[in-house]
Amino acid sequence: MADLIAGFHMLMTPAVLFALLIGSLGGVIIGAIPGVGAAVAIAILLPATFSMEPIVGLTMLLGIYGSSMYGGSLPAILINTPGTAVNALTTYDGYPMTQRGEALKALGLAYGASFIGGILSICALIFLSPVLAKVAPMFGSREIFLAALLGIVLVILAHRGQTFAAGSLACFGIFLGTVGLEPIQYTQRFTFGLTFLSSGINLIVVVLGLFALSQGFLLLSQPDGAPQGQRVQGNMFRAMAGVFRHKRIAGAGSGFGVLMGMIPGVGEFTAQFLTYTYAQKTSKTPEQFGNGSSEGLVASESANNAVPAAAMIPLLALGIPGEALTAMMLSVFYVHNVVPGPALFQTQMDFVYALYIAMILLNVIVVIFVGLSSNLLMKIIRIPTRFLGMTIVTLGFVGVYSLRNSMTDCALAAGFGLLGLVLKRQNLPIVPIILGMVLGGIMETKLRSGMARVKTPLDFFDRPIAALLGVAIVLLLVAHVWGVLRERRRNIPDAEHDHDMHDSQTR
Amino acid sequence: MKTFQDLFKRYRRPGDFFIALLSLLFALFLLVNLPGQAQWMDRAKTVAQPALWPGIAVIGMVVFSALHLLGAIVSDRIPGRMAEVLEWLRAVEYAGWFMAYVWLVPYLGYLPATLVFCIALTLRLGYRGWRWMLVASVFAIAVVVIFKGFLQVRIPAGAIYEWLPSGPFRTFMMSYL
Repeated sequence: MADLIAGFHMLMTPAVLFALLIGSLGGVIIGAIPGVGAAVAIAILLPATFSMEPIVGLTMLLGIYGSSMYGGSLPAILINTPGTAVNALTTYDGYPMTQRGEALKALGLAYGASFIGGILSICALIFLSPVLAKVAPMFGSREIFLAALLGIVLVILAHRGQTFAAGSLACFGIFLGTVGLEPIQYTQRFTFGLTFLSSGINLIVVVLGLFALSQGFLLLSQPDGAPQGQRVQGNMFRAMAGVFRHKRIAGAGSGFGVLMGMIPGVGEFTAQFLTYTYAQKTSKTPEQFGNGSSEGLVASESANNAVPAAAMIPLLALGIPGEALTAMMLSVFYVHNVVPGPALFQTQMDFVYALYIAMILLNVIVVIFVGLSSNLLMKIIRIPTRFLGMTIVTLGFVGVYSLRNSMTDCALAAGFGLLGLVLKRQNLPIVPIILGMVLGGIMETKLRSGMARVKTPLDFFDRPIAALLGVAIVLLLVAHVWGVLRERRRNIPDAEHDHDMHDSQTR
Repeated sequence: MKTFQDLFKRYRRPGDFFIALLSLLFALFLLVNLPGQAQWMDRAKTVAQPALWPGIAVIGMVVFSALHLLGAIVSDRIPGRMAEVLEWLRAVEYAGWFMAYVWLVPYLGYLPATLVFCIALTLRLGYRGWRWMLVASVFAIAVVVIFKGFLQVRIPAGAIYEWLPSGPFRTFMMSYL
């Protein structure tokens, strides 16, 4: 309780509250603009947060992360264009409702479900934190190595149909992390005699190139377009209250969101699928799913908004980011010499609680904002796409150049921007590169320290959590192969699959 | 959405074969250079070997890229490969614009370079008329004021500012714009 109060005090400073307000409102606007996601905004703002206190910088980034999905549901429902990738499932039921003249109801349900999902997940984590504080110290070097390996395996397997490409990109990320002077034997690795590679390839440069510049180049090189507006009339707050008719589904969405968010490499898509399937199987009108079902909409939005809070768990408790956005936040910790990991939950619980309270506050701020401003947001998002590309490149410059005022960094970022553009056009994922880069470094360090007392390979798994993680990795690989074979046997015609499910990443 | 896989599955696009081939060639280039670019020390343990993790990464890239290429070869050909590659090349122009902006900033200073970049690129993109010029200018000024003036990000003053008469205006320009 004392930690909770101390965490609350930590937040009650003007700088933190201002950062929270800017992050929350900025996140909604950024999330609502198709073509800019939370990843682009966080990548651009990262270097600017390095000069701030860790709690101020992280609050701003968390504000963007937690609120972008609220914004992303707006164009998903009104114009069938998801603002962020995780709002793609929202279009399935949200847009048909708009076509039936139920835009206000659909938006209200989406916002209400997002709010319930966000708040319930944070409350669950606040109550779970004392347990996590006891479990986290049981993670030694071996367990952290295996958890990072699990993250890599999951992020590869999550890209079915492109598993080989995702594997290659994850290995490329691990490779990028090894370039430069290594700290044990002090030898150069893959520097090819080039001085600028001796200090390694900076994660922020790669992130800015792959997420921000690539999106800018993509929008600039494509034909111009601008989302059309659609007005919403009526009392949004009353529409939001409609979510209480679907308490069971919103609760399930929060539960799945928390569980899936905590597992590295899994995230929103799995949480959404599990909740959506649960809602459909237990519905009295399962045939309406995909044709404007309120339950389907609540399932999708409650699950995705429950993930950000839970995704902070592996980051804070183990120092392992589960996806790209938390990987970016890890660099804020490193810059301030705060090492997230088991010790953080034991010695700085107030800091952890402060982040959770910040997330509760951001949900309250955002729900008030979206309740009042849906029509205003629809006007803002009508920016022509090529002009938007120009703004992203201009902002991308600040991010890269302010790091070290280095022209080489900018050239590298531009190179990664072109690589990101190609990957996006190919519908190939970027996240495995970032996770490979971050988790590869963690695996190298932890394997080295973890092997100190290991005599035979089996000794590596002689502790319960290590054994559990080892079994989980093996089971996942077996389940993946089994799933692929089973899908092949079912022989569903290719035309019946939704080929554009992930197309939102190119917008 | 018909199956669980739909939520995760990404489908091939034109140019898949080309990207798979490039990826394999790059991985092979790294593999050939592995012995010379990462050392295997005589008296160090395997887990402390400098070449261990680059080796794991590069071999992983070779294996996965080869399987990716194999998948592309045995799959039906999707028309439009050449057009897709030309699309990639078209984007190089904008990387050039970005690098020109990077080159300009140390000479012109952050505010003038950003104004020049935003207005010139807006014109290049085909937006005409005073309204677009105004929007681009306001955006450029807002970015500089927020990031350099307010957030104090580290961007050095332009060489051209040295030409300004010494006094509070020059100091202000050098510190905030």
